[in-house]
Parts: sequence; structure tokens; C-alpha cells
Amino acid sequence: MKILKLFLVIFIIFSFNHLKANNEDMKSKITKNLRCLICQGQSVYDSDSEFANSLKILVDKKLNQGLSENQIYEYFKQKYGEWILYDPELNKNTYILWLLPILIFLIGGAIILKTFIIKKK
Amino acid sequence: MRNKLLPISISSIFIIIFVIFYKGLQDTNIYTPEEKINNEIPTFSAKLFYSNKEVNSSEIFELNNFYLLNIWSSWCVPCRQEHPLLMSLIKNNRIKVIGLNYKDTKKNAKIFLNELGNPFEKIIFDKEGINAIEWGAYGVPESFLIYDGKIIKKYIGPLNRKLLKEINSIIK
Repeated sequence: MKILKLFLVIFIIFSFNHLKANNEDMKSKITKNLRCLICQGQSVYDSDSEFANSLKILVDKKLNQGLSENQIYEYFKQKYGEWILYDPELNKNTYILWLLPILIFLIGGAIILKTFIIKKK
Repeated sequence: MRNKLLPISISSIFIIIFVIFYKGLQDTNIYTPEEKINNEIPTFSAKLFYSNKEVNSSEIFELNNFYLLNIWSSWCVPCRQEHPLLMSLIKNNRIKVIGLNYKDTKKNAKIFLNELGNPFEKIIFDKEGINAIEWGAYGVPESFLIYDGKIIKKYIGPLNRKLLKEINSIIK
């Protein structure tokens, strides 16, 4: 019975550790996708500015409160606008950004296809 | 026709890229968050500087009253410059100035206030800089003019005489 209890305690400790590790992974994933507004060009994860450090603490708190990744992004978007996210959403300001690579890919593909067909003929 | 397709598509790609970069040149690359005016003030709980008491935002900002929330710190040089302006602002009894002490130590903040005077009715003590984020601020100093639980004006950077005049004319 004692051994069983011991195992149970160890199991619980390990499962909490796992939870903590998961939170850490999630925290670094989120902070890598947040832009530091003071040191623009750096992510919050990379930056050591006062602003970035506060953001890291807040992300940690929000994760502990049980907020999901998207809820946290939404929270920061509300406060600072979409610019704070590195991964921009598809809207009227960003559609060129999203569609241009596909367009270039298709045009390039068409050119290659054309030249091959011409060569074969 | 087939021979023409290649130069046309290549030149059109170049034109598109040129237009995008050219437009990008005209935009400023320093971003400041959009000024969301007439937004309700965030709800938060914070610690007061002197009493260490935990308070809610609704206890600090009453309706039907003008408030200026000023984010400041003793280590911030521009805050030192704007401080006399805050002192002169409180001569107008239609407005109350609330301070948000950003990432500071109590000892240094007290020295700062003893030296330059204390214009703040209440001071929120924000050691981790979290309350400032709730307000959508990203540095010091920043000021928010509040009326009826709404932000009616936001000032990034230190206040100056011109802005003070503007505030005084708004709260008239």
C-alpha cells in the first residue's frame, strides 16, 4: 500500500512537470509570434526590453489562467492592433502578401510548362 | 504570341514588385498602435502605491469625472520634464491625475515625488509592467485622458505646453 502511495505521488509530480513543460513550450511559441513594439524587427521572445519582459510575464499569467493560444493572440491584438502578431491574417490589407507567392508560383509554373511543351513539340 | 508571353509575364512581375516596394518606401516603418478613441477603459485590478491595497479600476475611475492617467517612472528622463506640467494641471479642479508607476522601485519613486511634488490623486504600482499593457501602452511616459469611463485622448510621449492647453480646453 505504501509503495502504491509513493508511486501515486511520483506520478502526480511527474504529470505536473509535464504540464509545466507544455506551458513553457507554448509560452515560447507565443512569444516568438509576438512583435516587440519598441525594438521592432525582434520578437518578444528574442528581446530583453522592458516591454518584452512584461509581455512574457503576462503571457505566462494568461497561460496559467487557462487561456488558449488564440485567445492570447486575440487579447494582444485588441490592445495593440494586428501589427503585434508576426503571422498576419488574410484581410484587405494583406491579401497581396498572401496571394502574390501563389500567383508567382502559378505564373512560373505556366512558363516552365509552356517551354517544356514547346520543346517537346 | 508564345514568344511574347515570357517577357510580358517577367516584366509584369517586376512591375508588381516595384510598385509594392515603392509604396513601402512611403510608409513609415515605425509603428505606433492605432489610437482607439472612445474605447472603454480596461477593467483591471491593481495595487496602490502607498497603501498596497488591491483595487479595481471601477474604484479608481468614477463616472462623470475627468481623469488623466499618467504612466511614469523615476528612471524615465522625459517624465521628469513633464512633471511640472502635471503639477500645473491639477490646479484645475475639474480633472484628477492618476499615476501608474511603471517598473520602478518604491524607494526611487518616493524620492522622485519628494523632489518634484506629487500631482497624483492615486498611484497604481505596476512593478511588472502588466497594468500598462492592459492599457495598450508600450513605454513611458504615456497619458490617457478619460471621461465617463472612456478614453477620449491618448498621448504617447511626454506632455508639453501645447498639449496641456489642449487638455485644459477639452475639460472646460
